[in-house]
Amino acid sequence: MTADVIIAGAGSVGVPTAMALGEIGVKTLVIDMNSSPGQGENKHAIGGVRATHSDPGKILTCRRSLEIFSTWQDQQGDNIEWLKGGYAFPVYRKSDEKMLKVLLPIQKNHGLNIDFVRPEKMKEIIPGINTKGLRGGTFAPDDGSISPLLSVNAFYRKALNYGVQFRFKEKINKILCKNGKVCGVETDQSRYKAPVVIDAAGPFSPHLGKSVQVDLPVIPESHEGAITEPVQPFFQCMVVDIRPAPGSKNYYFYQNKHGQVVFCITPDPPILGTDKRETSRFLPQVCARMVNLLPRLKNLRVRRTWRGLYPMTPDGSPLVGWNRDVQGLLHATGMCGQGLMLAPGIAEVIARMITGKTIASDEIILSEFSPYRKFKKEEALK
Amino acid sequence: MNRYRITKHPILEIPEKNIVAFTWNGEKLTGCDGEMISSALFANGIHIFGHHHKDNSPQGMFCANGQCSQCLVIADGLAVKSCMTPLRDGTVVQSVEGLPKLPEDDSIPQINEVPVKDVEVLIIGGGPAGLTAAIELGKLGVTTLIVDDKDRLGGKLVLQTHKFFGSVEDSYAGIRGFEIAKILEEEVCKLDSVEVWLNTVAVAVFSDKIIGVVRNNQYRKIKSQKLLVATGAREKMLSFPGNTLPGVYGAGAFQTLVNRDLVKSSNRVLVVGGGNVGLIAGYHAIQAGIEVVALVEALPQVGGYKVHADKLKRLGVPIFTRHTVTDANGSDQVESVTIARLDKHWKVMPGTHKTFEVDTLLVAVGLAEVNEFYLKAKQWGMDVFCAGDSQEIAEASAAMFTGKIKGFQIAQTLGIDVGPMPKEWDEKATILKSKAGREDRKKPPLKEDGVFPVFHCYQEVPCNPCTSVCPIGAIRTENDEITGLPYMVDLESCTGCASCIAVCPGLCVSLVDYREDPEHPLVTLPYEIWREHVNIGQKVPVTDIDGAVLGYYPVEKVSTRKKYPGTLLVKVKVDKAVAKSVVGIWVQERQVEPSTIYEKEIPPDDAVVCRCERITAGEIKAAIQQGVRDMNQLKALTRAGMGACGSKICRPMIWRIFKEEGIPLTTVTDSVDRPLFVEVPIGVLAGVK
Ligand SMILES: Cc1cc2nc3c(=O)[nH]c(=O)nc-3n(C[C@H](O)[C@H](O)[C@H](O)COP(=O)(O)OP(=O)(O)OC[C@H]3O[C@@H](n4cnc5c(N)ncnc54)[C@H](O)[C@@H]3O)c2cc1C
Ligand code: FES
Repeated sequence: MTADVIIAGAGSVGVPTAMALGEIGVKTLVIDMNSSPGQGENKHAIGGVRATHSDPGKILTCRRSLEIFSTWQDQQGDNIEWLKGGYAFPVYRKSDEKMLKVLLPIQKNHGLNIDFVRPEKMKEIIPGINTKGLRGGTFAPDDGSISPLLSVNAFYRKALNYGVQFRFKEKINKILCKNGKVCGVETDQSRYKAPVVIDAAGPFSPHLGKSVQVDLPVIPESHEGAITEPVQPFFQCMVVDIRPAPGSKNYYFYQNKHGQVVFCITPDPPILGTDKRETSRFLPQVCARMVNLLPRLKNLRVRRTWRGLYPMTPDGSPLVGWNRDVQGLLHATGMCGQGLMLAPGIAEVIARMITGKTIASDEIILSEFSPYRKFKKEEALK
Repeated sequence: MNRYRITKHPILEIPEKNIVAFTWNGEKLTGCDGEMISSALFANGIHIFGHHHKDNSPQGMFCANGQCSQCLVIADGLAVKSCMTPLRDGTVVQSVEGLPKLPEDDSIPQINEVPVKDVEVLIIGGGPAGLTAAIELGKLGVTTLIVDDKDRLGGKLVLQTHKFFGSVEDSYAGIRGFEIAKILEEEVCKLDSVEVWLNTVAVAVFSDKIIGVVRNNQYRKIKSQKLLVATGAREKMLSFPGNTLPGVYGAGAFQTLVNRDLVKSSNRVLVVGGGNVGLIAGYHAIQAGIEVVALVEALPQVGGYKVHADKLKRLGVPIFTRHTVTDANGSDQVESVTIARLDKHWKVMPGTHKTFEVDTLLVAVGLAEVNEFYLKAKQWGMDVFCAGDSQEIAEASAAMFTGKIKGFQIAQTLGIDVGPMPKEWDEKATILKSKAGREDRKKPPLKEDGVFPVFHCYQEVPCNPCTSVCPIGAIRTENDEITGLPYMVDLESCTGCASCIAVCPGLCVSLVDYREDPEHPLVTLPYEIWREHVNIGQKVPVTDIDGAVLGYYPVEKVSTRKKYPGTLLVKVKVDKAVAKSVVGIWVQERQVEPSTIYEKEIPPDDAVVCRCERITAGEIKAAIQQGVRDMNQLKALTRAGMGACGSKICRPMIWRIFKEEGIPLTTVTDSVDRPLFVEVPIGVLAGVK
């Protein structure tokens, strides 16, 4: 089988990219080792989507993603459970207040609707929040959440309508090259030809890269998440507590459209590797922190927990761009903990790259996300 | 006393309980101290516990076993499973109307480190399998912890008021289930190295080989060298329109309400499913004074033991084979149930519908292993074992034996010098697990004088207590096998002691005595229903094995044997012609006539498959027809399986739909099981004091 473009991975990035390519008539084939779309890391995401970042490329990308998510139901009909609940970063430490306030002008400059609000306002946004030492915090009301599961399936249906082909339960073993040029892929079942291969394999990108001697700075990291029973909605925003505690950095949670609270935590030190087996450590650790911030959560019952991977890069920004050594290989990976929110925006940039019609803002994004950038500074709001 | 309590029972004693006051949606009611809230509500005639947030459908009792979350109520402000939460004086209970509201309790809690407990062996489940394993281990001094989510040991034994099959030496044959539970409990209590945690729910097995349990609202981590999963079985469900109405529940749930909690849950029931569970539940209903209008079975023959089916027939319950339930009707709870005949292709035959007015439909269409802990632990590479129903669905007698075997094997793997396992153990376990075998309708003895038993036991099942109790050892089974049919070696030697009648779990032995009046012999029949129906001198309807009334004959004497007080031995004087045919006394004299007028034709696609998320068969079929072959994607698209029960109820039904749609199951990807298997409050996980 021959295609114009083969996408490795039907996840957060692969599926919207396929949709964007399908829309402009590029003959696209998506291959994934799992049985259906989004079964890699996409389904492990808790569903937060925000433009509240500190780097311009991310802000631009996510603003476009938010536009796509928030208008999807009106325009396409299917419910992806978009909830414009905003993102709140409540602050208890002076240093955090200072750090967030420094970012505000940059964020506002890029058109973000965000402010530092007083403790009273924080209390309104997060009813029941622990007010002891609360200094207020930032609130970005235009951010929100979606269902990762429903959105990836919505993009998938759309991609199918555009004629994109999908192969599931098929593992790509190597990218095929001739004279330094991509010519297709070899899977555990067959070979497929295409002049362009998009690497959207998430945490498995380094593995895939090895088949063409490409060394990618993507390091998978384990993160655990959980979801509760549904209760009547009482807050809407994503709450991000950026204080560190022994064994963990930040954690975040929100109440989804069904009334279920979804949450996860960033372990410190990070748990490197691809181990996705749930441990007994996560729940007591995150729950103890949550009941301190929002005590009434203590009576809310946890329904399920899971462990997934962040495809991390050294500076917390993704890798998007053409490979300089292997012609026709396009990287769209290393989404870290933000693949869900970055993907629809990135997908459109990629579609323009394939047709050679990138626009001015794409260049900002592509230089920030370049696989060949110097990984120096860490982003403030990871 | 509440209206819907069982105040007399032919087998069970009615204990005295403290009466406490509670409120239900503001109304003042009373219940028994410490009983489950669901039972207190049932005792007050309340069957609707709330309405679902998605479609406002009425919610009520379903599993009575802490598995399904259908019975949610708000108790003192918190949403709880009413079947697992004890009633206390002054409990304020409210129905859950739509989504519950999280209490605005903003006090900042004190937090404790979650304690870790080390044991050599952890046993999840204190039913027959878990208990016998613990006894085996305790005898060897192995530190063993049993956790069980109920407030007493015994598992399903607690619900079983009938006498058990099997053999006297290996599985307490002839003794009633709840009595066996007590015997095993006493044995366990004597063992110093065995600790029992009741009211303790195992909620997860993690990859760091830790089992999370919640004991009295406290989260504990348990580290054990060996894990034995003896979690039993859960009931399978059928999908038909009306299947989630309050009043449709599992036979096990019914037994819990009636036999454990002594609540008169219903007035009139219909049973679907002719396996042992359904047959026994029907029998238990009648013992509880609840009418059984019919038992329905899709196969041409009931699948349970013939003696169980015969018992039911003799009491006057019609059994409809080759029939199914097409729908349960009622606006807020079951008011009637419609059944219909099935053709060769398992399709409902038009014009064969019958509707029975009942308030309850008992579903007994099979059991599924509760093996999620086992599978997870296996996946994590733990040293895990599995016994009883969670290993393989069978009778409790088999569970007791496999538990013992696993206990022994665990001891072996711990390096304890126990020697090799006795050779015959495995063999015995296999026999106890065997399904009913060959049927052979033997003719009774020709003899018409003296006294001797007649065995109306025509099907090979693993059961032989009659051979153990005969004081002169004159009863044997064919080839001396436990499954062989019984016979009397020497009819002349019978002393007429009636021990074999008293012990027989199948109630299928009678004693014919020609000595006094050869033309009108005295026949002793086993009887376990109402004593006041068998007064001396009263004429009672006696039946043959199939439940046909052979005549009305006077009662001459009623007695019991000390060891089997629940089984009345009723002596009736009958005509010689029927003496060897009579087996039982008819109880339900009045048959409930179904109506055959059937107007509505509800599409079966309306049946709810995922009751937690209210997803219908139609929605699932549509997704399958659109090409979904991954249960995870099905879940993502429809939410089927995302509910509180964690797809315990709907998953088997979804598999069935895939099959019915003609999809080879090998092409379908199963959904991923994850902890937790039971919901746990964030505060409990956090270690809130
Ligand atoms: C607990 C948790 C919470 C998160 N919360 C959020 C959040 O709130 N918001 C947010 O934006 N992000 C969140 N994320 C991050 C997000 O899930 C990831 O960044 C995102 O899914 C990465 O997208 P991807 O397409 O690169 O990878 P994936 O979605 O994993 O897709 C890659 C696909 O490639 C396939 N694949 C890989 N190798 C091969 C091969 N050789 N052959 C065939 N197929 C292959 C995989 O099977 C997979 O389907 C969270 C992640 C976790 C773990
Ligand atoms: S029935 Fe509980 S999740 Fe489907």
